[in-house]
Amino acid sequence: MDVTLMLWIDAALTLMILSFLYRDNPFYKFAEHLFVGVSAAYLMAVGFWDHLVPNLLGKLFPSLMSGVVPGAVGRSPDYYYLIPAIFGLLLLTRLIDRWAWLSRWALAFIVGGAAGFNLPRFLDSDFIIQVQSTMIPLVVLDASGNLLWGASFSHVVLVLGVICGLVYFFFSVEHKGVLGHVSRAGIWVLMVTFGAAFGYTVMARISLLTGRMEALGAWLGSIF
Amino acid sequence: MRRRIPLIITFIIGVVLITGYFVTRGPFNTLYESFSDYFAIITVFAFILGGGSLLKIHLKRVSSRATDWPYSMVTLVAFLVTLVIGLFKVGNPGGMGGEILASGSWLRFMFDGVYNPLSATMFSLLAFFVASASYRAFRARTKEATILLSAALVILLGRTPVGAWLTAWMPESLAFLELPNLANWIMAWPNTAGQRAIMIGIALGVIATSLRIILGIERNYLGRGE
Repeated sequence: MDVTLMLWIDAALTLMILSFLYRDNPFYKFAEHLFVGVSAAYLMAVGFWDHLVPNLLGKLFPSLMSGVVPGAVGRSPDYYYLIPAIFGLLLLTRLIDRWAWLSRWALAFIVGGAAGFNLPRFLDSDFIIQVQSTMIPLVVLDASGNLLWGASFSHVVLVLGVICGLVYFFFSVEHKGVLGHVSRAGIWVLMVTFGAAFGYTVMARISLLTGRMEALGAWLGSIF
Repeated sequence: MRRRIPLIITFIIGVVLITGYFVTRGPFNTLYESFSDYFAIITVFAFILGGGSLLKIHLKRVSSRATDWPYSMVTLVAFLVTLVIGLFKVGNPGGMGGEILASGSWLRFMFDGVYNPLSATMFSLLAFFVASASYRAFRARTKEATILLSAALVILLGRTPVGAWLTAWMPESLAFLELPNLANWIMAWPNTAGQRAIMIGIALGVIATSLRIILGIERNYLGRGE
């Protein structure tokens, strides 16, 4: 595709979206609706070719798909894959009001699958491993037995921070008295975390904005 | 039947996947692997459902001449054109056997020329809104807002050359107060503590919700009515 044409389309779409900073307007609405249409179809097409063709159609109709799925040549059909095909088609019945109730079966598969996958994984990586990683010594000594103040302080901050944060999330008891103070400290720890996340988000967005400004600069450079 | 069968399906799938995670051999493991494949395939159908739903909504808006219906036409045309290009690999140098995002293909052009600039600009708009949000938080003058903004400022400055330049004059004994070091310390310790508390809280929530779903106590996903 012509590079100059790409630059013009790129710049036009960028300016249309940025025009929202002034106020909502037809140019922004046009770009917004274009984005919705293109991104939905793009994700569908990529999902179809990257997952559905090799993992479903390639297994059910290997001879038919031999031209597009390299490993399908000479393979016999695996009819067990009719199960996800049927559930997938059942999911699409949601678009037809009369048969929409059938989509619950497919939805049940997705929800049950997500629950079955997530329960052990979260238990392992986000609970046990995190608790284990928090069990660190509060007093850190070097090889000759001298107290390392900085490292000890950091460890105390981590352990107390996790405990205070968890107390804040513990809603079974009213946060009053000592628990109230600990919970308040938990909020401060969480605020530091949100602040760090906020800082990174700002940096990421500014970096995107810089990229867009560079694209606009390249477009202007192609004109003048 | 309309509510009981989905509950049975959820229970069987959930129990098989949990057992298959811990029992790494025999039929449970085979079922675990098969169900993982099936799960990935059915999830792709959700994308197709999303596309179908988008078509349905915008066709309805166009046919009923609802407010701003011409924009729905934009969505419909963009959707259908991109879909045809993507599904039939129109303009793909490798034909139907070529990679979906092959260099020089029309879908690649749609991605690089339309999708990428639109998504990048859409997200970059957030930089302005974030700036306005932080100004409002600063005006709130609460202890929590001050902590949040101070941490954000240290991270922002500490991760850029300006931060190092601003605090380069500090003596060696106070090197830990230099903005890059301070940012690193915040990320490594208090930030980790908060993240960990959130992760443990989320994990407990996910475990409880998953159990409720598998045991059929949580049924909201089935919707109302028969």
